[in-house]
Amino acid sequence: MLVMRGIVKQFPGVRALDGVDLDVRAGEVHCLLGQNGAGKSTLIKVMAGVHQPDEGTVEFNGQRVRPSGPNDAIKLGFATIYQELDLVDGLSVTDNIFLGHEHARLGFVNRAAGNRAARQVLERLGHPEIRPTTEVGRLSPAAKQVVSMARALSHDARLIIMDEPSAALAHDEVANLFRIIRELTSQGVAVVYISHRLEEIREIGDRVTVLKDGRTVAVGLPARDTPTSQIVSLMTGRNVEYVFPPRPEAPAGGPPGEEVLRVEGLTSPGAFRDVSFAVRAGEIVGLAGLVGSGRSEILEAVYGARPSSGRVVLSGKQVRKSVVGNVRRGMGLAPEERKAQALLLDQSVTANITLGSLPGFAKFGWLDRTRERAEAERLAKALDIRPPDPERPVKTLSGGNQQKAVLARWLLGSRKLLLLDEPTRGVDVGARAELYAVIRDLADRGIGVLLVSSEVPEVLGLADRVLVLREGSVIHEGDARELDEHLVLDMIMNGRAA
Amino acid sequence: MSDPTKPRSDTGPPGIALPGRAGGNPLGRLTEAGHMGLLVAIALLVVVGLVTKPAAFATTSNLVSILSLAATIGVITVGATFVIIGGGIDLSVGAIMALASVWATTVATQEFGPVVMAICAILVGTGTGLVNGLLIAYGRLVPFIATLAMLVAARGLAQRMSDRKTQLIQPENSAIVELSTTRVLGVPLLVYIFALVVALGWVLLNRTTFGRRTYAVGGNPEAARLAGIDVRRHTMLLYALSGLCCGIAAVLIMARTTTGSSTHGDLYELDAIAAVIIGGTLLTGGRGTIIGSILGLLIFTLITNLFILNGLNTSDQLIAKGLIIVVAVLLQRRNLKERAP
Repeated sequence: MLVMRGIVKQFPGVRALDGVDLDVRAGEVHCLLGQNGAGKSTLIKVMAGVHQPDEGTVEFNGQRVRPSGPNDAIKLGFATIYQELDLVDGLSVTDNIFLGHEHARLGFVNRAAGNRAARQVLERLGHPEIRPTTEVGRLSPAAKQVVSMARALSHDARLIIMDEPSAALAHDEVANLFRIIRELTSQGVAVVYISHRLEEIREIGDRVTVLKDGRTVAVGLPARDTPTSQIVSLMTGRNVEYVFPPRPEAPAGGPPGEEVLRVEGLTSPGAFRDVSFAVRAGEIVGLAGLVGSGRSEILEAVYGARPSSGRVVLSGKQVRKSVVGNVRRGMGLAPEERKAQALLLDQSVTANITLGSLPGFAKFGWLDRTRERAEAERLAKALDIRPPDPERPVKTLSGGNQQKAVLARWLLGSRKLLLLDEPTRGVDVGARAELYAVIRDLADRGIGVLLVSSEVPEVLGLADRVLVLREGSVIHEGDARELDEHLVLDMIMNGRAA
Repeated sequence: MSDPTKPRSDTGPPGIALPGRAGGNPLGRLTEAGHMGLLVAIALLVVVGLVTKPAAFATTSNLVSILSLAATIGVITVGATFVIIGGGIDLSVGAIMALASVWATTVATQEFGPVVMAICAILVGTGTGLVNGLLIAYGRLVPFIATLAMLVAARGLAQRMSDRKTQLIQPENSAIVELSTTRVLGVPLLVYIFALVVALGWVLLNRTTFGRRTYAVGGNPEAARLAGIDVRRHTMLLYALSGLCCGIAAVLIMARTTTGSSTHGDLYELDAIAAVIIGGTLLTGGRGTIIGSILGLLIFTLITNLFILNGLNTSDQLIAKGLIIVVAVLLQRRNLKERAP
C-alpha cells in the first residue's frame, strides 16, 4: 500500500535520514524500531507531510505522491497520532475530532450533526461511554488517545501512524488500544506502530522495519518469530565508532573520592519512586533508560527543579530543594533541551557562560566586564569553542559548541556536582568525542558527574557506574565495565534484571 | 585565575576591528543597528520642523519645552523598558503616578515640607509597584491582568484621597515647583533629573548583574531559573523599579503643574509602551535598550510639538502616532530577519 524508497532528509549539519526504505501493506501492523536518533521521528514527519524528503520516492496505492504539507497527507488518507497528543484541551470531544473539517454550513457549526457523527466513531472504537460534549481537558490520558484515534478515523484514514501510543497508558488500557488496532486492521487500515517495548511489538505487530543512524537495516522481518538478539544487534551494530576517553585506573574496592551526592528514597509521583544512589568526587554515574523511565526527572529533582520527597545530600549536608540554593552550593545542570532550557540565544557566548555565576563577577552588583570577558575567553579556549570569539551571539554556534558553552557555564565557581542531561543530543560525531573528553576531564578534576543519555553506548562508554531505570525504578546498578549494550537494552526494554 | 590587568582594547573579535564599535558590549551590534533608523527618523522630523516653522521650531525655548514635556513620560519609560525586557508589561504606570502625586500633596503630607513630599511620592510609587510585583511573581497573576487591576484601583484610590479635587502645592512648599522653574544653563532642573534617571537606568541595565539578569529572565525564563537565578524575586523587583520611576515622575509632574491630581498621567502607559516598542524592545522580552526607548519617546514628543506649532488637529496627531508605531515595528521585523543566521 505504502512504498517508500531511498528517502533522504538533510537538516543543517545533520543527515537525519540517509536512504530509508519502507513498505507497508494494507491491514497490517508494521512496527518501526530503532534507537533514539535513528531517524524514526523524522520518518514519521515525512509520512505526515510535515517534512518534505530531499531525495527518494513515496508511492501510495501504486501512485507517486509527494504531500506538500500535513493537510495534503490527511487528504491522501494518512493520519498521525503523535507521542504528545495534539488535542485542544478547551474544546469538546466532537470539536476535537472534527477540528478543521467541522460539520458546518456557511461557517455555522451544526452541533447536533457533529455530535451524532462523533458518537458513531466513538462507538466504532468501542468507547460509547466517552460523551461527545465533554471537554477534552477533563478526560484521562487513555480517553484522550481514543479521541485522537477517532480524529484519525473521521478523516477516513487508510494509514495510521502511531508514535509510542502506549507510553502514556496503564497496562489494561494498552489491551484496549490493541483491540482497537486489531479492529482497524481487520477493516483494511494499515498501522505503522512505533514503540520501544519489544513485548508489545511481539503481541500486536506483523512485520518489523529497523532503522539505525538514518538508514534501514532490515525490512519486513516477521514480528513474532525474529529472535530478540537479532533485533537488538540490528539496532546496535554501528558504523560510527564512539571514541571515549580512558577511565582513570581506579583502585579496585577503594573509594576514588569523597561522596558528593547521596540520594535516599527520592520519589516524585508519576515519574519515579524510591530512588537511592550516591555519586563520589571524580566519578561519572550514568542513568540508562527509555524516555519516560524517569531519568531526566531524577536529575530535575536532585537539582531542586521538580517537587519530590526523599533526601538529597550534597557533600554531607541535606539540601533544601531549591535551584537557587543548590547552584550556590555547587550544583550545575546542563538540561536536555539546550535551546529552550539553557541558552540565551540572542546573547553572547560570554553572557551565556557567566550566567550561572554572575555574583562572582560583581562587586555590589557592578559587573567587572573585563574579568568576565577574560574568564569566558579562557574557558572558550580551554574547551575549544569555535569560532573563538566569545562576543558572538550563541545562536550562531553549532550544536556541539553551544553545548560546550553550557558546560563552560558550570566550570566557573567551585562546582561539586554536574548533572548532564543528554549532553550530546544534536551534536555531530566528531564533536561528541571532544565533549566526552571534556566531561571526563571535569570528573578528573574532582567533580561528581551524573549523566543521562538515551544512547546506551554513551552511558556505558563514558560512565564509571551505571543505574538502569525502567518505569520509574532502578532495576540494576553496577560497574559500567561489566555491562554491555545488549544486556542493558534487554533490561530496559524487557524489564529483565541481570 | 583571570588577569584583571588585561587591557580592554583587545577584547573585541580578532580581525574585525570596527572603529567606533561599542567595545565588547554584548548588545553593541544590536543597539547600533536598531538606533540608526530612529536617529534618521528624528533627523527627518527636525527637518520638517525647520522647513514648516523655521522661526518657532529652532528656538531654545521650544527645544526646552520639548525636553520638559518628554521628561515625565521619559522617566516612566525607563522603568517600562526594564519591565518589558524582563518579559512583562506594566499598564498601571499612569495611575501609580497619579496616586503618588495625590498622596504627596494632601494637606497632611504638605505639612512636612517639600523633601518629605518628594520622598512620599517615591515611596508610594515604589510600594505600589512592589504590590504589582508580588501579585505577578508570587501570586502568579498574568502581568497584563495584575497591572490592569492596579491601573483601575490606583486611580480609584487617588480619586478617593483627593475627593476628585486638584490639590495645589502650597506656597511654602514651592521648592518642588522650582524643579521646573529653576534653570541651569537655560534648562530646567527637571530635565537634568530626567537625564540622570536615563543615565542610571542605562548603567543598571548594561553594567550590573541586575541588568544581565533582566535580559536573561525576559529572554529565557526557564534557562535563567536553571542557571540558578531567582526569577520570581527578580520579576518582583522589576515592577518595584517601574513603580519607583512612576514616583519620580510624580514629583516631576507636580513640579510642572504645581498640583497633585487623580487625573495626572491618563494614558501615559500607552505612550510609554509605544516609546519602548518604537525603540526596538521586543514585547516578548529579552531584547531592548534604554537609548532606543528614549529615542522612541523623542520621536513621539517631536510629533506632538510639530503638530502644535503648525496648528494642526490633535486627532491627526494621534493617527500619525499610530502609523509610526506600525511602521517602526514592521521595519524592525525586517531588521531581525536580516540579522538571523
